[in-house]
Amino acid sequence: MTLLISVFAAVISTVVWYFCAGRKKYCLNVLCYIFWGSSIMWFVDAVFEYAELKAAYFSPAPEDMLNDAFLGLSVVALGLIVWVIVLLIKDPNKVIRDALFNKKSK
Amino acid sequence: MACFVVPVAEAVIATAAVQIAKKHEKSQEKLECKLPEGAVQAPEYKISVSRKISWLRNLLWGGVLLLAFEHLWHGELTPYFPFLTGATNAADAATMLHEMATVGVAMSLLVTAVWGVMLLAVKVKETKLSKEKEIRE
Repeated sequence: MTLLISVFAAVISTVVWYFCAGRKKYCLNVLCYIFWGSSIMWFVDAVFEYAELKAAYFSPAPEDMLNDAFLGLSVVALGLIVWVIVLLIKDPNKVIRDALFNKKSK
Repeated sequence: MACFVVPVAEAVIATAAVQIAKKHEKSQEKLECKLPEGAVQAPEYKISVSRKISWLRNLLWGGVLLLAFEHLWHGELTPYFPFLTGATNAADAATMLHEMATVGVAMSLLVTAVWGVMLLAVKVKETKLSKEKEIRE
């Protein structure tokens, strides 16, 4: 479930990166790297788990599935938080700089 | 248990490699002779080595970040020494090392393989664009 959620996040962020003209300005590649990197790593984890559990891997207990889904959503939230932090630090539209320093100069 | 430690090690190496490549590229730029005044250099369809390695670095750090969070979620990572619950006793340490040697190494290899495919695709694109440029000239 975590793998599935991160793959969806990776695909969505890649599509947004592809179609958005301001991809460089808004650091959309950060999201792609985070979600694709983690998806690849969780895929390996899933392969090893499948090798151990065989068919049982595809029928997890509802409690485990819920926990994994919760983890997946938390992980997406963390990725988005990291992206927002990078965006605020780079401040492409100079919003933070204006908010902090223009008031002082007035 | 601590499979993400292997990609962390690779990410550190990739970060160092990016820095070294950037330094090398800067020194190469200084050595290159300047064009005569008024001359315009034709655009080259080449991506720098440092940029290519930075793709691997970003993929690794991105994945490691979320994987570390997952380990924290499952209680396999602690904010105090020895940081990994698997390192507290010998039996767990053996399991942890086995997981690092199998899952961790496989993760690093797959990320590197994906990066290799990216490089191959870029190489094909570079060749195609250079050929188009040659035909235009």
